[in-house]
Amino acid sequence: MSEPTEGTKSIDETSTEEQQEMEDKVISPEKMEEAKLKARYPNLGAKPGGSDLLRKRLQKGQKYFDSGDYNMAKAKMKNKQLPAAMAEKTEITGDHIPTPNDLPQRKTSLVASKLAG
Amino acid sequence: MGEDADTKNINNSFLPDYVTEADVISTVEFSHRGDLLATGDKGGRVSHEPDFDYLKSLEIEEKINKIRWIPQHNAARFLLSTNDKTIKLWKVPVLKPTDLMVEVSPRRIFANGHTYHVNSISVNSDCETYLSADDLRINLWHLDITDRCFNIVDIKPANMEDLTEVITAAEFHPQHCNLFIYSSSKGTLRLCDMRASALCDQHSKLFEEPEDPGNRSFFSEIVSSISDVRFSHSGRYLLTRDYLTVKVWDLNMERGPIETYQVHDYLRSKLCSLYENDCIFDKFECSWNGTDSVIMTGAYNNFFRMFDRETGRGVTLEAARETGKAHAVLRTRRVRAGGKRRKDQVTVDSLDFTKKILHMAWHPTDNIIAIAATNNLYIFQDKVSYDIQ
Repeated sequence: MSEPTEGTKSIDETSTEEQQEMEDKVISPEKMEEAKLKARYPNLGAKPGGSDLLRKRLQKGQKYFDSGDYNMAKAKMKNKQLPAAMAEKTEITGDHIPTPNDLPQRKTSLVASKLAG
Repeated sequence: MGEDADTKNINNSFLPDYVTEADVISTVEFSHRGDLLATGDKGGRVSHEPDFDYLKSLEIEEKINKIRWIPQHNAARFLLSTNDKTIKLWKVPVLKPTDLMVEVSPRRIFANGHTYHVNSISVNSDCETYLSADDLRINLWHLDITDRCFNIVDIKPANMEDLTEVITAAEFHPQHCNLFIYSSSKGTLRLCDMRASALCDQHSKLFEEPEDPGNRSFFSEIVSSISDVRFSHSGRYLLTRDYLTVKVWDLNMERGPIETYQVHDYLRSKLCSLYENDCIFDKFECSWNGTDSVIMTGAYNNFFRMFDRETGRGVTLEAARETGKAHAVLRTRRVRAGGKRRKDQVTVDSLDFTKKILHMAWHPTDNIIAIAATNNLYIFQDKVSYDIQ
């Protein structure tokens, strides 16, 4: 039992370019989001899934996690304000207290480099 | 369309029965008989919950990506766990009724098999071998042999600049010991037959949904990346999860899924910020119930979704402590894309994207589910199962 994919409709190919653009805006939220992204990052490459992004994904470093440090720090720092999510992705060893919220899945470099294109 | 309407076919009177703290849980798995639940966390601890007793392993390591139980032969129980690089075989001793804490002991270490990060392990139905998959390769191991393995899939290109896709998940067929499936970051599935050749770079079947060229956007490929693939218990179907949908595929039909369910379609108008904050790369798991009639997957704001395949209807539930009563019935939730917020509805803008339900497991026979919500483990069971106890 298949459900139709929401948010997509077929585009009338005989429309004028202008009408098509308007229809794109009305019909496809993804295209609107794409325009938003490109407006913010004009240097963004056209192909997001390219080898650059994948290779950085493959090379992402290990976060070295010491549970002894973690548990000691947790006991010490119960009231500490958590750092803003994704703000700082420094190496998590020793004194830097890793908390569940800042054990990210990806490095800062991946974010920065993918936006740089 | 009744997408989020209550459905009588899914028993929505789930009762939160037990909650435990376990730091950030990264994997959850029921044993084949359903009597044990194993969880792994980002601290690398592997724990077990037989009849909801919480156990801790003494060994501390890195984040556990997957846990898989070995089908049981005798009284002793074994399971496999993997972090990014190393796979371990653990023995779970027989529990006495008086046991509150039991030591899980590592029995074998399968090291140095992977250059890239291991995302999947899967035990073969022959109960002697298992596969492990990283971003570019899949290896076949024998459970008794730790110093070597066979490489069965290698998609690493000669020139890394030609890299276009990576392996995201892999699983053995539940009955046919020669077949396995693997998914890619481009949204394709490949079924491989180990009897056809030693190196399964050539697939037996390629499952791919044709793309609508009018719909193509910057985000198309990223959101089509499959984060999890599971065979149905029957072995006839596949369940896949990509960023916005879950899909059911028939093993006999390669040209596209037979069913598609929208998990959180309202995120289509948020893709820009989800790309900026990396959430678009989140890897959600998916799960079948014991009879393959209901499928489940996680979402944001500690919400998770269940879809009844017979009616096509979905329901949204929240993994949270219900205040007040010990055994409260989970209410269904609704997410509203825009406009005036009504009572009991959550707007898209107020969703908490740090609260993600990535990992979950469904009991092999009963309607009991385990949901990992950051550092909490929730176990829900339906009223029928609960009343029978």
